[in-house]
Amino acid sequence: MIFDIEYETMPREALEAIQLKRLQATLSRVYATVPFYRKKLDDAGILPGDVKTLKDLHKIPFTTKQDLRDNYPFGMFAAPMANVVRIHASSGTTGQPTVVGYTARDIDTWAGLMARSLSAAGASRGDIIHNAYGYGLFTGGLGVHYGAEKLGASVIPVSGGNTKRQVIIMKDFKPTILTATPSYTLHLAEAAEEMGVSFKDLHFKAGIFGAEPWSEDMRLEIERKLDLNAIDIYGLSEVMGPGVSVECAEAKKGLHIFEDHFIPEIINPDTGEALPYGETGELVFTTITKEAFPIIRYRTRDITTLNPEPCICGRTHVRMKKVSGRTDDMLIIRGVNVFPSQIESVLMQVQEVEPHYQLIVDRKDNLDTLTVRVEIGEKLFSDEVKKLQELEQRISKDIKETLGVSAKVQLAEPKTIARSEGKAARVIDNRKK
Amino acid sequence: MQAEQISIFIENKAGRISDVTGILSANGVNIRALAVADTSDFGVLRLIVDNNAKAEESLKNAGFTVRKTKVVAVKVEDRPGGLHNILEILKQARINVEYMYAFIQQSGDKAIMIFRFDQTEEAIKILTEKGITVVDGSTLCTL
Repeated sequence: MIFDIEYETMPREALEAIQLKRLQATLSRVYATVPFYRKKLDDAGILPGDVKTLKDLHKIPFTTKQDLRDNYPFGMFAAPMANVVRIHASSGTTGQPTVVGYTARDIDTWAGLMARSLSAAGASRGDIIHNAYGYGLFTGGLGVHYGAEKLGASVIPVSGGNTKRQVIIMKDFKPTILTATPSYTLHLAEAAEEMGVSFKDLHFKAGIFGAEPWSEDMRLEIERKLDLNAIDIYGLSEVMGPGVSVECAEAKKGLHIFEDHFIPEIINPDTGEALPYGETGELVFTTITKEAFPIIRYRTRDITTLNPEPCICGRTHVRMKKVSGRTDDMLIIRGVNVFPSQIESVLMQVQEVEPHYQLIVDRKDNLDTLTVRVEIGEKLFSDEVKKLQELEQRISKDIKETLGVSAKVQLAEPKTIARSEGKAARVIDNRKK
Repeated sequence: MQAEQISIFIENKAGRISDVTGILSANGVNIRALAVADTSDFGVLRLIVDNNAKAEESLKNAGFTVRKTKVVAVKVEDRPGGLHNILEILKQARINVEYMYAFIQQSGDKAIMIFRFDQTEEAIKILTEKGITVVDGSTLCTL
């Protein structure tokens, strides 16, 4: 289902004309209202009026997470506080939190984008949405909530945590759509199993999962365990929150970026050079409709590829590949680039392994070491030490073959790897200390 | 004639075995025999207890990975060569001993060993034929 037929299926030419108009308006606005942007443009010798085509956007300097930190908390706001009706802050997974604001119109825009996203996943009026994204400073909970209401669906604002009660609600309220982080979803599945509740007997048809990178294999695992259609959603608070892009249930091949609100680019993360469609690099966003917190060429640190091919769903908006990792969670281990998602893929291929893992990186005698802790479930547990050791060796060999890096695999007791209610802490890098 | 053993996966860190014994103690489960197989980072704790169902349930509830394994309890002459005699029989029959450990209690003048074989049924048959006493699970719990 397409929520906003006019804009979501708009021919590219018309879409690009709108993008340019909105981009020019946004640049004029930030130049006039945000000292940070005025200085940045002045330093680069560019005036908003110099941007005459979409390509001219490349001349404008990037905005980084550090810029947001330097202007903490409200320095990047382009609207007076009197017009700001909502404040969110990033979870600060990788440092000090960054603060974003929304005007009433921004909230309405966002709700519209989330309504589009839910709709793309197969939700409509009449559906009951079990929203297990955290409510609070994190944009996940409220983002989905407003979108669900905009769509006209019934939303259960269950938020994260109190997992047993969530399972009871899923049984009794019969929700049809699940929204949560992939790691919390697996936690829910585990809790349901312990309580003797099978997802086969529940009523979910689709789940919309995001806020952390998850692999294709994790998708299969979730679909198998929860008996639903697992859809990937992408967003970040600096740009809007969830609903920047989403997969369509028809193709499930790439996430449509809502280009009438955001201009995506892919750049070489080392040189900053813009890359053509199809190349892999860092995703950069410019918002073109936001009032309180517009952002220009923001480096997301997410690694992906853009695909402009028309999609079977009818949407004309460009698709980004499932995010494979972030430039900042990429680990360099003895010179090899390793993304946690790659290790996850290897683990998912080992049938017996539970999808709970943790990577621990250390430096011993100037040599990087990688330890992969994997929880051992009942299916896998043999009471013969030999077989358990063989399993460790098999995983270690698979990792070596796939990634080219040696890892020590360590089996762990069930539930000893911390389950977060939100994002999973997959990596402990002791080298930074 | 088989006996059941409870096997528990434990990480190699201080206090983990006492966590297990604490749970069993709180649930009134008596440990009759115990063996630990370990590597540098994990171990497998093997137990013969007087109430398998209760032991399994309480440990699982506490989040442990637990598994029941079929083992064979064998009476061994408590004299030089007693164990050797049994192992010889098994060697002749080409039955592999995965692991074995001693039962704490004696049965008369005989000791009891717990064996895990690669071919459980075959082992029981051969040993019985050769006049070795195999103790079944229910008797074992009441010794």
